[in-house]
Amino acid sequence: MPEFWINMGPQHPMTHGLWNMKVKVDGETITDAKPEIGYLHRGYEKIMEVREFQKNVVLTDRLCYVSSITWSHAYCLAVEKMMGLETPERGQWIRVISLELQRIASHLMWLASYGPDLGLLTGLLWCLRERELFLDLIQLMSGARMNQNYPRVGGVRNDLPENFEAMCKRSIEHFLEKLENEYPKIFHESKVFRMRTEGVGTLSAADAINWGVTGPNLRACGVNVDLRRLDPYETYEEIDFEPQVWQDGGVGDSYARFVVRYNELRESCNIIRQALEKMPKTGPYRVKPPRRAEGEGYAKTEDSRGEALFYVIGDGDDRPYRVKIRSPVFCTMAATPILLRGNKLADVVSILGSIDVCVGEMDK
Amino acid sequence: MSTVVRGAPVVVSGRPVPSVEKEVLGGLKAAFGAKLLDGKVLRPGHLAVTIDRDDLIPVCTYLQKTIGFEHLSCITAVDWKDRFDCTYHIENYYNGCMVQVTAHIPYDDPKIKSLTGLWNAANYHEREAWDLMGIEFEGHPNLERILLPQDFKFHPLRKDFAQEVDRQYITRRKLRGGK
Repeated sequence: MPEFWINMGPQHPMTHGLWNMKVKVDGETITDAKPEIGYLHRGYEKIMEVREFQKNVVLTDRLCYVSSITWSHAYCLAVEKMMGLETPERGQWIRVISLELQRIASHLMWLASYGPDLGLLTGLLWCLRERELFLDLIQLMSGARMNQNYPRVGGVRNDLPENFEAMCKRSIEHFLEKLENEYPKIFHESKVFRMRTEGVGTLSAADAINWGVTGPNLRACGVNVDLRRLDPYETYEEIDFEPQVWQDGGVGDSYARFVVRYNELRESCNIIRQALEKMPKTGPYRVKPPRRAEGEGYAKTEDSRGEALFYVIGDGDDRPYRVKIRSPVFCTMAATPILLRGNKLADVVSILGSIDVCVGEMDK
Repeated sequence: MSTVVRGAPVVVSGRPVPSVEKEVLGGLKAAFGAKLLDGKVLRPGHLAVTIDRDDLIPVCTYLQKTIGFEHLSCITAVDWKDRFDCTYHIENYYNGCMVQVTAHIPYDDPKIKSLTGLWNAANYHEREAWDLMGIEFEGHPNLERILLPQDFKFHPLRKDFAQEVDRQYITRRKLRGGK
């Protein structure tokens, strides 16, 4: 039988968004693949050129709607680097807490969608149930469940509410208990889950680095790179945490990517607990930024999906002259053909689900 | 059951090395001398250099092969109305250092060498820069539009591609009667 192309997408339950993966099959084996993206291109970089620095925060929230705070934070950090601003210490700690809460919510959303990909509907229900705890905390902090518009150029919008610390600790304790005792029963200890994920979609560390794969997908290849540690921003320097790296060999499969993200959930809880202890109880949380700015600046942060980089150029006006968004999923998408080649058609869902695609940030 | 190949993980420190940026800048200056049009330290761990577009491949080869900058993070094209800039953010995973390499491109001849021979990651970034800004990357294996439709006629991030309205919102100052 001759080889032929199959369209998986743009409307396919696997894609979690609007994009098309063309796979070339020889019988059941994939010989080539070609991602087609751009269905959700909204021209962010152009739109941002006519909006003032502060108004762009609303836009960057919508880059990835399950991980809003990490994206608008990366933008604010880049603008601060350009303006030469420094956030007050309490503001930095509040940012760290909000980033980690958002990371947990984002990873849980990924796990919730990865479960049904493999036929595990219980995973969806459990993960969304626990995600509500963290969305409630984010709502308490910022007033909105999603698209929070919380970080500001120079700090954050508002201080933490009065009883936030106690509520945060209670939720985390409840969540960690589930993470230790309940979740492994349907993920780690499930024979079906492991058969679907182990040994498929392998990626070597050298390939991952050369193709620009970052974040949890890179750490699943055994490369110890976490920008919170390698290039610390905000107050991550003062926090004692361990970047989650897949230790079991230098080739990452779908299971390795799952384990890395799963362990990051626990590590993020650890970071939030430490931040609540170490942060100053009072103090300013925001400085007033200048209206106009000239110069250039960039900031890279560890987003939920990898390295987010914003490069902002100002020409002395109150709007940026040029904004460049580096989306981690965009770069990971370039490497999907080598992830898929040689695997069976039935494993495409398991592989592409495990790299955590978010079309909003990929297509910009 | 698992077919994972067991091997030693890639050794990286995972922690920043202090004052590495001066060392890297010194190395670049020693290797390229006057070809470096500008070179400065931005902040600890970050430096920026400016080069001409003809020196792009030698500089990037030196960065990758000699001093181990193995991660190409981002390629940005900027329209300055009289010239284009192509900015490369290249990162060293061992010591956390990042170099921002800016290459000048004349406006009437928007061409630059492709970096796909060094980093596969350059593939998508260069396609995006071609798509949105119209920079032609010589030697790219598959330079076609990636985000916009194939039959789109323009490069929308150029400054002469006007948005429908120049300023979308009326500012408070304007409402009060100012400019």
